[in-house]
Amino acid sequence: MKTCLVVDDSKVIRKVARHILETLDFEVAEAGDGRDALTHCEATPPDVVLLDWNMPVMSGMEFLKALSATDLPKRPKVVFCTTENGIGHIKAAIEAGADEYVMKPFDRDTIASKLQIVGLA
Amino acid sequence: MTIDKTALRHLAGLLEQRTGQQIGPNRLWRVETVLKSLMRERGIANLDALVAAIGAAHDMTLATDVVEALLNNETFFFRDAQAFELVRNGALEALRQARASSRRISIWCAGCSTGQEAYSLAMIFADARAKWDGWSIDITATDVSEAAIAKARGGYYSQFEIQRGLPVSSMLKWFDQVGHDWRVKRDLARYLRFRRHNVLMAQTGSFDLILCRNVLLYFSPERRREAFDRLAASLAPDGYLMLGAGETVIGQTEAFASSPELRGLYRKTAALRVKAA
Ligand SMILES: [Mg+2]
Repeated sequence: MKTCLVVDDSKVIRKVARHILETLDFEVAEAGDGRDALTHCEATPPDVVLLDWNMPVMSGMEFLKALSATDLPKRPKVVFCTTENGIGHIKAAIEAGADEYVMKPFDRDTIASKLQIVGLA
Repeated sequence: MTIDKTALRHLAGLLEQRTGQQIGPNRLWRVETVLKSLMRERGIANLDALVAAIGAAHDMTLATDVVEALLNNETFFFRDAQAFELVRNGALEALRQARASSRRISIWCAGCSTGQEAYSLAMIFADARAKWDGWSIDITATDVSEAAIAKARGGYYSQFEIQRGLPVSSMLKWFDQVGHDWRVKRDLARYLRFRRHNVLMAQTGSFDLILCRNVLLYFSPERRREAFDRLAASLAPDGYLMLGAGETVIGQTEAFASSPELRGLYRKTAALRVKAA
């Protein structure tokens, strides 16, 4: 079973994402901030991370940079999920190593298509 | 929920009369939902009152708006990734050889809705510009919905529309951000011509590849047969037809048969017979 880590400080968003991912046959784990997410990735690296931008403790961007610095044998795919769609934001996310970008609120078709694009469907 | 069957039947009849499309039993329950904002704008209380208003109207504006609202324009970029792979690596490779001397390929995207499929198709060529250098590529994209064609031609998509199926790299490459929306770049739009057209009507021109995906399923068997005949008349003898993922020609028409070389694509039966003889 493919695995996905949902990283978001909003419990509601995590719940919605979990539901969508489970219907897509993913095993889902959750983290409430970038630090938690990094710990999780180092212990049990998922196939893909759905990543919020704004979070306390460690933001999505900081997490992405820290993730790139780890020596995981296989870096998880990262889909940034944010409330911003400014082109500057999008480019910054891609440059920092995100594989895909989604603006919230997302639906099942969008998530399914992005997972397929990063090679996980 | 109580559904007024008489009003529903009337509205379904109006749609079929105007477009040939039927409303499947699994979508009947959605009729009231899709007409809700139209009825609210005009102060029409329910479906009964809507049918009465259409009957009493002096022009066709209301009927046209109702028909437009009832059409299902659901689509997204690169919908069904395997289908696009089959176009890229199957149909277009075959046509590249077959048209090596004329270096001209024309494609018809029949039932293009708001344009996402047609633009996806154009990206196949635009992303491989060197490969198709010196070729003349024309994509004609049509839909029965005036509103859908207007949107497709405008080439503006919201973030929510554009992120359904389109890789972020392609979004940045082929679209400009305008406010919060995205507008297709000229370099991509130049492959395409959008036109309002019903697939049941005669089409001018001869195409090398026709995509008619998730369109014919809305027709009655008789109308579907007619549509297949129209498509066959518009397809080059060695051309290919692609249908939606769940659609087939088997038991629907004698005009097409499965392509023996490219699974998932259809060829004109007449052409296959000549080849076999
Ligand atoms: Mg947040």
